[in-house]
Parts: sequence; structure tokens; C-alpha cells
Amino acid sequence: MTTRDLQPRTEPYRIVGTSPAHHDFVDKVKGSLLYAADWQLPGMLHGRVVRSPVPSARITGLDVTAARARPGVAAVLTAADVPNNQIVELASGGLAELQVTMPVLAAGRVRYTGEPVAVVAAATQQMADEAAELIAVDYDELPGVFDPESARADGAPRVHDVGNTLVSWQIRSGDVAGALAAADVVVEGEYRTQHVEHAYLEPEAGVGWVENGVLTLRVSTQVIEHAAMIAHILGLSQSKVRVIAAYMGGGFGGKEDMTVEPYLALLAWHTRRPVRMIWDRQESLLASTKRHPFVMRYRTGADQDGTITAQQVEILGDAGAYPNLSPRVLFAAAACACGPYRVPNASITSTAVFTNNVPSSAFRGFGAMQVVLGYESQLDLLAGRLGLSRTELRERNFLAKGDLLPTGERLDTCVEVAQTMHRALGMLGAPPRPSGPGKLTGRGIGCNRHPYGRTIWFRDRASAWLSLQADGTLLIRSGVTDLGAGQAASLCQIAAEVLGAPLDDISIYIGDSALNPPAGGTFATRQLYMSGNAVLHAARELRERIAPVAADLLGVPADDLDWAGGHVRAEAGGPGITLAELAAACDRRAVSTAHLSTWRAEAGSFDPRTGQGDTFPDYTYGTHAADVEVDTETGQVTVLRYAACHDVGRAINPMRVQGQIQGGAVQGLGYALTEDMAIEDGYAQAALFADYLIPNAQDFPDVLVDIVESGEGKGPLGARGIGEPPIGNVAATIASAIHDAIGVRPDRLPMTPERILALLDGRHP
Amino acid sequence: MTQRQITLIVNDRDHELWVAPSDTLLDVLHDGLGLADVRYGCGEGVCGTCTVLLDGEPVSGCLILAVQAAGRQVTTLRGLMGPGEELHPLQECFLRRGAAQCGFCTPGMMLTALDLVRRSVSQGRGRPSRDEIRYALVGNLCRCTGYTKILDAIEEYADQ
Repeated sequence: MTTRDLQPRTEPYRIVGTSPAHHDFVDKVKGSLLYAADWQLPGMLHGRVVRSPVPSARITGLDVTAARARPGVAAVLTAADVPNNQIVELASGGLAELQVTMPVLAAGRVRYTGEPVAVVAAATQQMADEAAELIAVDYDELPGVFDPESARADGAPRVHDVGNTLVSWQIRSGDVAGALAAADVVVEGEYRTQHVEHAYLEPEAGVGWVENGVLTLRVSTQVIEHAAMIAHILGLSQSKVRVIAAYMGGGFGGKEDMTVEPYLALLAWHTRRPVRMIWDRQESLLASTKRHPFVMRYRTGADQDGTITAQQVEILGDAGAYPNLSPRVLFAAAACACGPYRVPNASITSTAVFTNNVPSSAFRGFGAMQVVLGYESQLDLLAGRLGLSRTELRERNFLAKGDLLPTGERLDTCVEVAQTMHRALGMLGAPPRPSGPGKLTGRGIGCNRHPYGRTIWFRDRASAWLSLQADGTLLIRSGVTDLGAGQAASLCQIAAEVLGAPLDDISIYIGDSALNPPAGGTFATRQLYMSGNAVLHAARELRERIAPVAADLLGVPADDLDWAGGHVRAEAGGPGITLAELAAACDRRAVSTAHLSTWRAEAGSFDPRTGQGDTFPDYTYGTHAADVEVDTETGQVTVLRYAACHDVGRAINPMRVQGQIQGGAVQGLGYALTEDMAIEDGYAQAALFADYLIPNAQDFPDVLVDIVESGEGKGPLGARGIGEPPIGNVAATIASAIHDAIGVRPDRLPMTPERILALLDGRHP
Repeated sequence: MTQRQITLIVNDRDHELWVAPSDTLLDVLHDGLGLADVRYGCGEGVCGTCTVLLDGEPVSGCLILAVQAAGRQVTTLRGLMGPGEELHPLQECFLRRGAAQCGFCTPGMMLTALDLVRRSVSQGRGRPSRDEIRYALVGNLCRCTGYTKILDAIEEYADQ
């Protein structure tokens, strides 16, 4: 076995904590799950987006006559055909960012290569593609700006008239200047990260149609709540737009913003015919959102004994041409910039800047992952300077329950990061020896603190509806969307635990904005936390309502009932009734067996002027550890062993938790070592999937996983979120291991052989 | 464009189809025959989500024209299942090991693995090693699982 065997459970749970193969697993191994591109409707048209070939230009002419005249073409639409050609994002709720609107279709101006200019629907995909080629657009190119540092310079070309600085967050506590001046040691570093592609295997896709005056889109999306924005774009009432989320073939944040939705909506509404749109992989590489490249400057001060006294952090993120979710990404970076460490004096500035690059937006880790390279590198540098071991220095500074964060918030759940560090290192075993001459080996660690749940000032909520059917089976309705991480399946496990319905007797209906209670989108590692709590509370409330009926039939107090195996019993193993019999009894007594519950996250507020206030509800802590070998001739880094441990509070489904950690770690290894969606002067350098190197089965070793279950999370039954956290540690862990091997700290991602060779040669890459 | 009539033998059934010379095997299987287990992922033969067995050999459906497959045996994942959608033993292993997350790469992954195990056994080399499995899977990308559970599942199948 390559993964640690799942430990037997001692908790009082029967279903939670087991790893059943649920409905979605079965469909997936059969190949029978229907993704967004798998629906076909009678008379269906095929859509194509026409995109700008240049990064910055005025559109001086747009002629669609020839395209419209082409046989088979049903519609060619431009900005003039969009009722409300404005997408207003305001990702931080208008707290601190500039208000900049993004057109659905470019109106007179394009700001990045790949920006949509027109959209076509035709009888076949080939006809749509050919018609797209016939659209004549005249571009008068304008100067662009392609990196955030240049974009902030005086006289830089303006991406938007209001200016290039989208948002600048400040978090301040204590007296950083004084504490740095008084520190025994101060270490400094500058760290740079790259554009990264989500590279979900399923490209953006969907089908749209109009029926009974309602526009319905069945798409690959993380957020069905975009229905409201689509209604705004078309000038329809919100009740006339329905979004259904198919099970996704991966999303990782890249399907958190709208992708095909507005284009499908325009075409289906205009033609009144079903339309399918699938973005080519090459189109997805060109025009889908990317991970923000960061420039991070850190100064960290400490006492001789290793106690951190101060940290100054400046973060600059490349937002690309439009706001998307950048304000919130850079906020998360600021809120997490000091990691799982006590920093009594902190000054953090985190700025998102417009450029003429493709927009950056949500990507697993969401700002809180880029900064791990910064704070962990600083810790290693500090350990080296003070002659302390890396673990000793960390233990001296780890946060604990009750500590204050730089925002003035007090941590109110346990911090088991030290335990995760020792367990991760423990899994690696004895350090490896170099395999030959010219080879150096090293060991690295990387700890992190990653939020789960939305930024607190959004006053997040999620609803779920449960119904015990007449035959005793259970129906769950939830607006949750499923990325492939088992979002729906874990809700079934929670409901099964409370109501005793066997998993095979539970059906879950998800991701439909018209028919299911809103769950608020699958992002920010929030669905287990939010919808898990919603289902837990809905199930408990439903049980409280129907328990008196069972108690009456069985002649015992309601609190004594045992709910398991599709039965309600007077005591475990004793006489009982089936859930079907209970449903029938409830029906006779006019007790409803359906229940809607809304769960609300804790509320709070953040003051952007003082940089103090509430940020995130809670955090997941973890540590990764790795052994690497560096070939000093070629600069090649080989990962020899990799181990990861996170405190997940409680593992609802341990196998899926392992899967999340393994998958996050390998995605992070790609980020650390190979992936670079380089954009030169506004043009993406990877035009083909073959040019963009995501990890394959040979690239990296198995990821060893251990799980801590502290039981102190704010999710259902004490769970903490694990979707995003495990990608955060990786780059820092590998940098730490390379540092250990060659004695020089890599500070730029990805850590390619060329860059490692430059470090070995004493050159800064 | 001029259409041509061809016969495709897919999962042991003959299909008479009219196809354009430019239609890929992927287009015809996915859109023409409604086989949702053969999926578009990149169109470059890089990702492996459109993998099918052509006369028993794994190929990328996006790189083969439908006319080139005329008269040949095409097997998709669904063709491995028994009557009543009885799972193939390899599918059982994937299920048990939690080897799918989003599931998009899963059919191609299994077909490539099946071919490897069959070849290895039929050529008298016994079950493939974990490293041989890794090598065989380089053309089937997965972005969710990190591959560990996929390798576990294939090893378990190979052991049977």
C-alpha cells in the first residue's frame, strides 16, 4: 500500500468516517455520467466565440455581413445585440475596490488577447467556425502594459480610464518599523510566482435552450447563482433564467466566474433554439482565467531565540484586464500573509493591478496559497541565520488557540499544525543518499494556514431541503455544485448519519437554481462547511419533528430512539419500525416529512481603513514534507518522496479526504516545478495543451497522506475544509528541500532546471 | 461537404453511418452515437480523455478520422461491461480504491490500463510493475487525483 491504511473508527458515527463508493463514483467508473457537453437537444445549434487576436486595441470596424449570410448560420451577435453589456463583479462587495465593468462582448475596445468580440451560432460546429472566420474586425492597436510593476509606474498606459490599481488592502498591527529596528535579526526576500492554468480535463461547455419563456442553461459551472447576472445581461427577470450545473470534469476555481454562460444565453435567447458551446482546449488556454502571478516582498524580524517580532509584507498581484475576483484573492493573500505564526507587529499591503493580460481570478488556493512560498521561505532563512532547526523555529512561533492574528481576530479553534509537521516528517523515514556523483539531496517542509468559508463580511448562508418519501427513502435537494470532490456525496453521508437512511436509499438533487434551495456556489472550500452544516441541521430538525411519532408508536422517549439501517428502534438492535412505516404514520397524523433549513455562517465586518476586523471563519492547518534530489549538471529536480498531513477536524469520508490531499499536492508540484502559463507582451506562449506541462503519472512519486482529526472545525461534526488547503504547502516544501540540497533558496516559480542551474552558478535567475 | 457511408463496429455492434471526411472518430462516437464515455479534452492527442481501443489498441479518438476506423473494431469503456451493466473487474478496483474524482479522465485511463495489463500478461511478462503502469499512463492526464489511487487500483486489478 502506498497510502496509509485508513484507521478503524472509534467515534459514535456509523456512516460518517467511512468511505463508501457513492452514486457519483459508480457513474464515473461506468463512464455514464453526463457532463455539460454530453447533452444534445433536437435542432441544436453550435456556438463559437470570436476573440480578439491582440492585447490592446480600439475596434474601428466590425462587419458581420458575410458571416450572417453564410448558409447554416442562425445568429451573429456583437456588443450592439447585448441588452445590458456589462458584467459588474465587485468581488469584495464594494468594500475597497474600483468599480470597473466588463463587457460581455467588446464594445469599441479590447484589453486582452482572447477577449470576446462576437458570437456565432450555426447548424454545425464547422459552419459556426467558418462563419466566425468571416467576421471582419479592424483593430487599431494601442500601447499595452503587461506586468503589474510597470502598470503602477507613472505614465503607464491605462487599462481602464479610472486607473490601474484595482485595490490595495492594508493590514496593520503594532509597530513594525520599531520592531524591525529592534530585532536581533532581519531576513528579507522577494518571491515571484507565475500565471498558472487550471487545466481541468473538461473544457468549458454547456447547452442552453428556451422553454415556456424561461432560459435554461445546463453548464459546467461552480456557481448556479450566476443566473441573476445572466438575467441582468439579457434584461430578463431573475425568475426567467435557470442554471443547472452538470457534474463538473474539474473546476479548481476556473468555473467560478462565468465561462460559456453569457454567450450561450445570448444565442439561445436570440435564436429561440437550443445551442451548445464547447470551448476548444486551445481557446481555454488562451482566454480562460488564470492564477494570479504575485510579486511578494517580505522582511521578517526576530529575537535571538527565534521568536518572530515583526513582519512586513508587500504583495503585488497581476489582475489582468478585468476585475473578476482579484479583490478577494488579494484580500485572502493579505489575511494569510503571515501563515500559521504569531506576528505581533505586522504591516501587510496587498495590491491588485490591471494589465493587458488575460484576467486572473479564482484558482484553488485563492491568494492564500501563493503567500505560503513567502512566509515559509522567510522561516527557513531565519532558521539558517539563527542556527536553529527549521522545525524548532516553527514550533517557537506556531499560532495557538486564543492567539491574535494581525487583523485583531482571536483564533477560536485549535491549531494542530505542530502535530501535522511531525507526522509529515515521520512519514518520510530516513533521509535518502544521493544516487551518484553530481547529485545532491535535500529535505524540505512547508506549513500553512488556509481559510475555509467565504470572507466573513458576506454573511454567508446555505440552504438544504430534505424529504422522507412515502417508501422510506430520503430525498435531498441542494443548490450545491459538484466539482468532482464528492460535494454531493458527503451531504448524503451526513444525512444518512442523522436519519439512519441507508446511502442506497438517498437521492440527492443538486445544482439547479430554479428547483433547489440556494447553496451559494462551490468555491472557497466552503461547501462541506456551509452545505454540510445546512444538511446536518435540516436532518436534525426533520428528525426532531418526526421522532415524537416514532416514539409514540414504540412507546419510548423520543431521545432514546436509535436511527440506523432504514429503521427507527427503541434501542439499538431492538424492535422498531421502518422509515417507510414512520413516513406513513407521519402522513396519517399530518406531520410533514419534508424540511427546509438555512444555515448561516458567523457574521462580522472588516474595516479597510484600519486593516482590522473579521476575515475568515476558520482555517485548516497542515504540513507537507519532501525529499528531493538535484542534478547539479542539469538542474533537474527529482522529487523522491512526498508526504502530507492536514488537520481536517473530522474526516466525513476519509478516502475522499486522502484524494483531495493527494490531488492538491500533485497540482502543487506542477505549480512548483513545471507549469508556467507565460504571457509575453500580452501573448500566451502556450498555444497548445502539449505546451503546458501538467503532471503526468510518471512525473512525481506517490503522495503519502496522514490525517489529524482534532474535531474542532466549524464544519459539520467538527470538520474543517480540505479542498484548497493541500495545494498551498507544495511550492514552499520543494523550495525548502532544494535549499537544503544546494544551500541556496529558490525564490521564483516554477523552479525549472534553468533556474536551478543559475542558482548553482551563483547567478540570480 | 460530401458525406460517406461507413460501417463502424463499436462495442461489438455494427453501425451504418454517414460521416464527413473531416469527422474525427471522437466526433462520431460522442455526438453521432451518443457515447458519452468518449470525451473531448484537448483535440491534440495529449490528454487521453478520448481514448478508445481500435482493434484492441488504445488510440486517441481525436486524432483518427472516422473513415479510417471504418470496418474496424472500436471498443469504448462501456463495451467492457457485461449484460445489465455488470462492472468489469477493473472498474470494481477503481471503485474500491476511490480512483476517480471528477471522473472525466476515468474511461480513457481504464482502457489504457487494460491494454497494458493484457499485453504484459499475453507476452509472458506477468503483471506490470507500478513503474510500468506509470509509463503506460503518461498519455492519460488526470488533474484531480494525483494518480496515486489510480495506480493503486490498476495494481490491484493486475494482481487478480
